[in-house]
Amino acid sequence: MRTRLAGILGVLAVGCAVLLCGCEKEPEAPAPQQQAKDKTPPAAQKAPDAKPAADATPIKVGAIFAVTGGASFLGAPEAKTAEMFVEKVNQAGGVQGHKIELLVRDSGGKAENAISLARQLIDENKVLAIIGPSTSGETLQIKSICQEGKTILLSCAAAEKIVNPIVSYVFKTPQKDSDAARRIFQTMKDLNITKVGVVISNDGFGVAGGEELAKLAPEYGMTIAGSETYATTDTDLTGVLTKIKGLDVQAVINWSIVPAQSLVAKNMKQIGLDVPLFQSHGFGNIKYVQAGGEAANGTIFPCGRLLVANVLPDNHPQKKVLVEYKTDYETRYKEDASTFGGHAYDALLLLVEAVEKAGSVESAQVRDALETLQGVVGTGGIFNLSAQDHNGLDQNAFEMLTVKDGQFAVYQK
Amino acid sequence: MTFALFVQYALSGITVGSVYAIVAIGFNIIYCTTGIINFAQGEFLIVGAMTAISLAQVAPLPVAILGAVLITTALGAVVELVFIRQVRNASVLRLIIITIGLSILIREAMLHVWDEQVRSLPYFTGTAVSTVTLLGAHISPQVLWVLGVSAVIVTALTLFFRYTTTGRAMRACADDRMAARLCGVNDRWMVTLSFMLSAGIGALAGCVVSPITQTQYDMGAPLAIKGFTVAILGGLGNSMAAVAAGLFLGLLEAFVVSVLPASYKEVVALVVLLLILVFRPSGLFARRETSALRAA
Repeated sequence: MRTRLAGILGVLAVGCAVLLCGCEKEPEAPAPQQQAKDKTPPAAQKAPDAKPAADATPIKVGAIFAVTGGASFLGAPEAKTAEMFVEKVNQAGGVQGHKIELLVRDSGGKAENAISLARQLIDENKVLAIIGPSTSGETLQIKSICQEGKTILLSCAAAEKIVNPIVSYVFKTPQKDSDAARRIFQTMKDLNITKVGVVISNDGFGVAGGEELAKLAPEYGMTIAGSETYATTDTDLTGVLTKIKGLDVQAVINWSIVPAQSLVAKNMKQIGLDVPLFQSHGFGNIKYVQAGGEAANGTIFPCGRLLVANVLPDNHPQKKVLVEYKTDYETRYKEDASTFGGHAYDALLLLVEAVEKAGSVESAQVRDALETLQGVVGTGGIFNLSAQDHNGLDQNAFEMLTVKDGQFAVYQK
Repeated sequence: MTFALFVQYALSGITVGSVYAIVAIGFNIIYCTTGIINFAQGEFLIVGAMTAISLAQVAPLPVAILGAVLITTALGAVVELVFIRQVRNASVLRLIIITIGLSILIREAMLHVWDEQVRSLPYFTGTAVSTVTLLGAHISPQVLWVLGVSAVIVTALTLFFRYTTTGRAMRACADDRMAARLCGVNDRWMVTLSFMLSAGIGALAGCVVSPITQTQYDMGAPLAIKGFTVAILGGLGNSMAAVAAGLFLGLLEAFVVSVLPASYKEVVALVVLLLILVFRPSGLFARRETSALRAA
């Protein structure tokens, strides 16, 4: 028995090692760079000419998304959106005469993969910018790599820590955790709720969200009676919720991006915990509503406006962008657009705007231009970037939504 | 802690434990006939549930589940015939490695057939919000389904292994394959049969737990690890003990959550497993002599 178990453990270890080494390595494509070498003076090789290049060297943009794995509901729509966006830009003649060459890499949602992929994109492919990764955990791991490699990172992950503290080359497009927390607390305040229970998942997104909630609660006069962490692979949360139930709370906040979001809704109803459920902006995927069934009705959460694009008033500044993106995505991929894909859209949009504004494809200048972008209308909100704000969105980027009869609707008190 | 809250923790433990137990049963069947641990058991579960979810869109629920069980049983047979049977001089360890490979293969295939989205079967009785009230606490009716189906499976298996010729032949293979063969037992088909049985029961388990746990292509491994823990905890090869051990572990986790932060519950579960492996390696409910016989 003992030897058998030792053997099993050994096998598992080898299996893990094989999986880690399994990440794809694509042969480098030297051709475009060779061309660049011929046409630009040698001195300018590291920092290509500031003026718009006359030749059509493609701008290389890397993309690291969790296309497969547990966070694939983020990565898959992001990768699809990025491909669609780039194709559209290239068909319209590219940016400043350059086509965009998109290099999509699948991290499987694992930070160790993201690290090696980021190194590969920076050192071997010499990309101008990387969009993604999909998750906060991955982004925080490659933040310093991109900074050292002087490569722009436009993250599609939510955690506040990505842009706070600010490092010069790292930006992010999703709305801030703290703004989501503020909107949730404000809504609770309007409902005269003062005592809440918090459950979070033990991944980057959940933990970062939990910290923001704990930090902002006093500002809104909220008492967090209990805060519990569950594993992302948990298949039942009645135990954790029973503990919350014993604390006599007036509402529950769940902060996660995993399928447990539907479990929380179901399990609360099943154990008779009949208080309002608030979720984070991670809930913005209709699949979670479907998985939660009847139990998902009444869930309140902050979210970008994509999910309610069609019912926005016509004069809303985001209406045009949102409806266009949603229609394009849904006709092309035959599936519902999600806010997550929108984050990739915004990342590429900001990059393209910055290249246009800088009139250059040199990374330092594009970076400087990013910091001066004002009033860029994206899917997540209206971006006003500055040297102090590498996200550029505020509380108004969120709309409070709810679930009514299995559909998303704008929340009204 | 109020009494109602205490009962609620207990019911929560039973919910989790019933899922562990029904997963663990599948491990025992293949172990009983071949002595190997089938690490693709979790994938059988998910294949079963996914197939049922797809079939449920065109057929009524019972038919969909029956279809899923049959299809997964066939898959179990194919897996045995194509992979396990072809291995010459198969040591137990080599076969276990093959099942690990198979689990990866099946998982990736599922990603292509179904996508990465989370799905679930409808609740067998009521909906996501219906509950049964017991001593002031609540439990989902689906948990009663899981417990009921576990009980039926365990009873049927016990009767099968004890009183039918085929069942006895399968047990004989586990005890001494050569001797069984000398007595005229077709040992190869017994192994195939054990894979089919285990896949079929896995599929049924996957369907019954799907409304509770939800189903996603890569959920098999975490479920299987818990099932494996429970199977060892109860004593490998004993289905009745597996159910008891499953409920024990579920209750233990639930009450750990009541006094410690929820993140510690896995630690406690693993510590219990380690203690069992050190002090009672044959499992909580096994008698020492029988397991010594089996290990020999």
